Amino acid sequence: MTSPLPPIMSTARRGIDVLEALRGALAALSANFLRSILTALGIFIGVAAVIATVAVGEGARRQVLAQIQSLGANLLIVWGGSATMGGVRLGAGGRSNLSWDDAAVIAREIPEVQVAAGSIRQTFQVVAGNQNWSTIVLATEPDYFIAHEWVADGGRLFSPEEAAGGRKVVILGATVAEMLFAEEDPVGREIRIRQTPFEVIGIMARKGQNPTGQDQDDTVFVPYWTARRSVMGASRANARQVGVISVKVHEGEDMAAAEDAIRALMRQRHRVAANEPDSVSIRNLSDIQATRDASARTLSALLASVAAVSLLVGGIGVMNIMLVSVTERTREIGLRLAIGARRRDVLAQFLLEAVMLALLGGAAGVLAGMALSHILADVAGWPVLVRADAVLIAVGVSALTGLFFGYWPARRAAHLDPITALRHE
Amino acid sequence: MTVLIETIGLTKHYQAGEGVVAALKDVSLSITPGNFVAAMGPSGSGKSTFLNLIGCLDSATHGSYRLMNEDVAALSHDRLADLRSRRLGFVFQSFNLLPRADALANVELPLIYRGMPRRQRRERAAEALAAVGLADRMHHRPTQLSGGQQQRVAIARAIVGSPDLILADEPTGALDTRTGLSIMALFQALNQGGVGILMVTHDPDVARYAERVLRFRDGRLIADETQIPANVAKALEALPEADDAA
Ligand SMILES: Nc1ncnc2c1ncn2[C@@H]1O[C@H](COP(=O)(O)OP(=O)(O)OP(=O)(O)O)[C@@H](O)[C@H]1O
Ligand SMILES: [Mg+2]
Repeated sequence: MTSPLPPIMSTARRGIDVLEALRGALAALSANFLRSILTALGIFIGVAAVIATVAVGEGARRQVLAQIQSLGANLLIVWGGSATMGGVRLGAGGRSNLSWDDAAVIAREIPEVQVAAGSIRQTFQVVAGNQNWSTIVLATEPDYFIAHEWVADGGRLFSPEEAAGGRKVVILGATVAEMLFAEEDPVGREIRIRQTPFEVIGIMARKGQNPTGQDQDDTVFVPYWTARRSVMGASRANARQVGVISVKVHEGEDMAAAEDAIRALMRQRHRVAANEPDSVSIRNLSDIQATRDASARTLSALLASVAAVSLLVGGIGVMNIMLVSVTERTREIGLRLAIGARRRDVLAQFLLEAVMLALLGGAAGVLAGMALSHILADVAGWPVLVRADAVLIAVGVSALTGLFFGYWPARRAAHLDPITALRHE
Repeated sequence: MTVLIETIGLTKHYQAGEGVVAALKDVSLSITPGNFVAAMGPSGSGKSTFLNLIGCLDSATHGSYRLMNEDVAALSHDRLADLRSRRLGFVFQSFNLLPRADALANVELPLIYRGMPRRQRRERAAEALAAVGLADRMHHRPTQLSGGQQQRVAIARAIVGSPDLILADEPTGALDTRTGLSIMALFQALNQGGVGILMVTHDPDVARYAERVLRFRDGRLIADETQIPANVAKALEALPEADDAA
């Protein structure tokens, strides 16, 4: 005991090592375990809510996107009637001013257009054996399938010759096939529409709901001229009338230019005077998509503000508890300063505690948010997608929150006067 | 180097409410390495003020203070922290141990701020605890130790960085006579090993074990005497009960 310790040889003063700092911060947080948990709760809830809502929102966005794509890409729908005359008119009402020949002319005259197909739809009772089902009968030509990207899942689509020749063939949407034939294969069987027998030649691949929630598979497809002659024809004033024309624009062509060309052509064909409104209105599916995108942006702005508020509240909680902690540990801080801690060591110690507190809340929030998303997915049957960037941003923002709100308390600790701090009761 | 500490005209004024308190007035002295110095004086005479100035915890209003030939007034915060961690070791009346850390972790603390690797740090802290006779109490927390043992942990913490000078403000103030004596025995032993000690005390019985006594009154240094230190071992033997209270 007569010899104290040997001198420390290394004279280079290095900073306090990171592992030691982490260990110290963790020890300080677990010393007030319950308090730390409660403080992190604000950030935890905020992050969890944001992760879950973003996941659900993203799932919904993907679903809508898939629906829009299922309608067909580069698709323009031409409706008879002007938008200024009370909006779009439905073709089935029989007041459409579009004709079968308009479609042919659009396809022929406008270079941007790949295909243009007129169609007309009407609801009928369809019967197979002793089963019957009320569904939409859509009369059109094969180009319609190209425009709307419909493909057969079994059997085949009808050919242009069959369409032109007025053959009594039908393609069933997946829902109709299920309703009329259940498990059986309908191809080659017969169904009746208004007493007229049709041979089933194919079943469509399933498309699901469109963005307005209608089941696109609850439809049967028949050749236009067949329908006009045997199902829808008799009562029509204009036997060549169609409800809408579906136009597919060539990939990479300007949709707006195609729209303008179609409008101009239709004005000319329908002999619209210069001072009168357009005879047709055109809907571009990318417009719908843009509206969706806009509402998605509004939603994310809303989410961002919810996140900001909850992180603000959480951050103030962190700041509050760090101030309390600095006051409680005033003597400890004085001691550390007296035995050789630099101001920046104390600053780092308290900053690290604040960041760790916020980060623990954030990380737990991410996990809870992911769990919540999956529960929501199960309960609501809603697809969810937890995005990696949302997780990274949430964790990063929590760390920044800790840093920001921890700075002031940490600075107060670092600038304490060691003597007064040591005397503190 | 023959002088560890040199003060010339050291003066400290405190702002207290309206007026100014002159806590320390014109103190000039020097302390050589390995000196065992006791500072005495009535309450409010400026002993603690003096010790805090020497410990680089506070800065003087007037006068100069050189520690190992460095003018302390000219040094940055970081450099002062550095001096405290390398050259000085503090022992307080109220021990000031971290309550949640065990003895070993408490003693390790100053070395953390010197960036010493963990294993080396723990070895050294264990040696320091062994040097104060607490090799078997390393993993006790302060609440599991007696007052004398806690003060030994504090002394181990003060010597772990092998300082040139230990600064102790009333180190036996919270202890009974026997325990206080055992702390003095430890100080004497450390001092024989070459560590300088500057100790503030009220108690003339405690000051006997130093080799030099400074007397303060009203902030002035009124006496500076050298003496032959009393032997602690004998004093301990003279006490009625024989068991070791520390
Ligand atoms: N921070 C301060 N602010 C104002 N006055 C102070 C401050 N610290 C000390 N003083 C005053 O300075 C004088 C000397 O105080 P100091 O603490 O040095 O005395 P001391 O000799 O250590 O006394 P004690 O034996 O009671 O500890 C006292 O009058 C005290 O009131
Ligand atoms: Mg005092």
